[in-house]
Amino acid sequence: MKAWDAIVIGGGHNGLVNACYLQRAGLDVLVVEKNDWVGGAATSRELTPGFLYSNCSYVCSLFRPEIMRDLELPRFGLQVISYEGGAVFTRDGGYLANYRDHDAHRREFARFSKRDAEAYDRYSRDVTRQCRFIQPLLMRTAPDPTSFRPRDLGELLYLGKKFAGLSAEEMALTLRFWTMSISDFLDEYFETDVIKANFALSGIIGTALGPMSPGTAYVLLHHYMGEVDGSVGAWGYARGGMGAITKALASSFKASGGTIRTGAEVDHVLIGNGKAKGVVLAGGEEIYGKLVISNADVKRTFLKLVEAKELPDIFLRRVRNFKIRGSSGKVNIALDSLPEFPALPKDSPVYRADMHFTDSIERMERAYDDWKAGRWSADPFLDMVIPTTLDPTMAPPGKHFMSCFVQYAPPKINGRDWTDADRDGFAESVISQIAQYSPGFRDRIVHMEVRTPREIEDEVGLTEGNIFQGELTFDQLLFNRPVPGYAQYRSPVGGLYMCGSSTHPGGGVMGAPGRNAAAEILRDLAKPILHMSPAHDVI
Amino acid sequence: MNHHPTIKPSTDVRAFAQSHFRTLRPGTPFQPRIDALGLKQDWYNWAGYRAPHSLWDEELEYFAIRSQAALFDISPMTKYQIEGPDAEAYLDRLTLRDVTRLKPGRVHYTAWCDDEGFVLDDGTLFRLSPTRFRLCSQERHLPWLLDSAIGYEVSVAEETEAVAGLALQGPTSFAVLRDAGFAGVERLKVFDLAEFAHDGGTVTISRTGFTGDLGYELFVPADKALSLWDRLMAAGELRGIRAIGYTALNRARLEAGLIVANADFTTSEHAIRADRLRMPDEIGLGFMIDPDKGHFNGRRAILEARAKKKLRHVLVGLEIEGNIPAEHAIVYYRKSREVGLVSAAMWSPMAKRNIALASLQRPYGDTIVDDLWVEIYAMRELQYQKLMKKAKVVPRPFIKLDRRTANPPADF
Repeated sequence: MKAWDAIVIGGGHNGLVNACYLQRAGLDVLVVEKNDWVGGAATSRELTPGFLYSNCSYVCSLFRPEIMRDLELPRFGLQVISYEGGAVFTRDGGYLANYRDHDAHRREFARFSKRDAEAYDRYSRDVTRQCRFIQPLLMRTAPDPTSFRPRDLGELLYLGKKFAGLSAEEMALTLRFWTMSISDFLDEYFETDVIKANFALSGIIGTALGPMSPGTAYVLLHHYMGEVDGSVGAWGYARGGMGAITKALASSFKASGGTIRTGAEVDHVLIGNGKAKGVVLAGGEEIYGKLVISNADVKRTFLKLVEAKELPDIFLRRVRNFKIRGSSGKVNIALDSLPEFPALPKDSPVYRADMHFTDSIERMERAYDDWKAGRWSADPFLDMVIPTTLDPTMAPPGKHFMSCFVQYAPPKINGRDWTDADRDGFAESVISQIAQYSPGFRDRIVHMEVRTPREIEDEVGLTEGNIFQGELTFDQLLFNRPVPGYAQYRSPVGGLYMCGSSTHPGGGVMGAPGRNAAAEILRDLAKPILHMSPAHDVI
Repeated sequence: MNHHPTIKPSTDVRAFAQSHFRTLRPGTPFQPRIDALGLKQDWYNWAGYRAPHSLWDEELEYFAIRSQAALFDISPMTKYQIEGPDAEAYLDRLTLRDVTRLKPGRVHYTAWCDDEGFVLDDGTLFRLSPTRFRLCSQERHLPWLLDSAIGYEVSVAEETEAVAGLALQGPTSFAVLRDAGFAGVERLKVFDLAEFAHDGGTVTISRTGFTGDLGYELFVPADKALSLWDRLMAAGELRGIRAIGYTALNRARLEAGLIVANADFTTSEHAIRADRLRMPDEIGLGFMIDPDKGHFNGRRAILEARAKKKLRHVLVGLEIEGNIPAEHAIVYYRKSREVGLVSAAMWSPMAKRNIALASLQRPYGDTIVDDLWVEIYAMRELQYQKLMKKAKVVPRPFIKLDRRTANPPADF
């Protein structure tokens, strides 16, 4: 019976990145995917005729350019388009925009506060400094601080040197940044509610924390350290939807000889003598492999796919306690025309930007209060984009696809499972919020897909529907992600690796966990990694 | 139940201002006149405004500064009005120089630092009355100015758009103002200012400028800008007055040895890389520091750096052999050790020397000033001609014109 060199469980972006690098190193790699399509949380799906939905992740910035280049993704159709900044609609019928042009940005802020308008440069400088500290860590395996292996010592030294290279003021800021709340952080720069709300949203996205919870400042950083072609902090659309990324990865993988099996759900990992030997599919089929790499999150991998008896108790306990709380949902809408927002002039670039309706941090925190009480937010926070304003491939001319990321949505409603009625109520909270700002909005809806944490977990496989495969709080980062002692993509089971966003450097469509995991696997196999270009310089 | 807030219509000034997105580079109050003269349509972005690099011919615009009178729109410069019984004490605490010695009706060039002693910006401080000042700068500083004002009875207001500014520079600039009817302007000595009647209001004229030449700067409310422009142009017609763009002015300022924030040094609120920060002593502004005047922002750090010899950089004037401008050339010691960078360079028509401003790592440029070289990469027809040229540290300004300070000022 055939034994693959490596079997990757899950065809999400990290699984595919990992598979591509392994295949290109000469391994014979199989990707098994439970759905009938690949992509995981980076998909484009035609859920109604003529409309492509980025129905999970919806914008792109974090995906590492080194990976796009190594895996020749442009050759396989990947194109990322920058978009205009963003806007927050205000309850007085106006809006605050973020423009890409520095001076337009300042003039826009000055409409609300001259002081805040002139505070932006210092804010931007401080955030950029922090990003520059973090960025080089993305494409490196986190060191194990308890190990005395030369590589770990070297990496620790690298971290230490980087930290020691900071001025006393920067060190203080770095530690504060990694631990404080986004609300407190913004208070140090800005005075206007809507301006703070405008920045705070990056601190809570995908996180079961409110803007006043410690740790949310780092989440903001996580959303700033990406880039679109060198423009750090910029966000873009993958042309053809987020599925264009995984489609390109799958094509690249197949072009280098890799094999993908869709509709193949893994029931469990086959383990013998403490070593992974392959996988057993839901139908009972056994597939053998010398290595097994899981793109699933750490809970799904070790609580569902691996028998408990194969794992040390302390590891299991830590996996169980890993925070991967569902906090968000998604409403994807096909529209027969571009919605109008009376607050926005018809020629406003904001139609091509991300839009929000939560104009104060307090409203954001109230939305979080609902989550804590086990309800979806009555007045939710939306991150809403209309990619078809820049991407002609996703809907017929004049028609539009709208993606609404919605927060907060708890993994359970008052301790019980979501019902269809709950899902409809959740959708209504979103639609009625949009309709408040866009009269006639309901009449434009052609089709709608509503995804609560229940649907996201069931279809995508993300535990509790957590988009990051585990929260990005400092206790779950670097050498603590996902579990101390197992932050280098290896697991307690020999030959079983992790490559999903549960591992360093975390979530978002970044690809770095998949790539870093491939580097570790190839090291274990004593194979060269010359096909991995070094991380781009941060100068 | 509707949990959503009620959306109210917005009709205020804020809504009115939102259309700014349609004009990414608005003009200044003088724009109708500048547009009419801007034959080259050669614009650049000055602090968010559309400003001319050059209007008709950058060489000839430069010589307008040095031979007749040049009119340059300085409206995009950031301006703050600072007023109140504590304005003097506040500014004395904020800025490096001793503001108690700045008399009403006087202007001085100054700079201000953050608490670590790193320069936030340089600029000019106009004392319009005992309790009223105008601070002009390159960058924007409202949060810093407001936070620094805590505890002082003083108001700080940004007035960049409300106040239009013109620089009238060159040998006939005084004659232009006199002929324009600004009686008494001959009494202005260098760094004096006074108010004059104009178009039913007043114009503040100071004998200041950025050219090292005889020259004046004029500030008026934005709605009096065009009438002021027309008044000067009419009076200057026989004195050779010409409107100019920044390229010409930039040459003149380099000959005068003056530095530009974020061109010759990086301001502290913009420096992402910690080693780009500069103390006043590191950019040639040490002369502004008055350790005896009492506390001012950055004082402790600046004095400590001086005492512990922690100053790492020095900004110097260079004279370079040959006539090829050394812009952004690397400076070497003994042709091999990299010791700094040229930030601005030109062949000076007035000095007939090849001049430059450079930031060097001490002790080079400080105690070691011999055997310095610059490596010039001159692109000529798609090839770099690499030149290693000797550089000599020389005092600034590179030119000194008697007419700048002559009293009374001459007609040309």
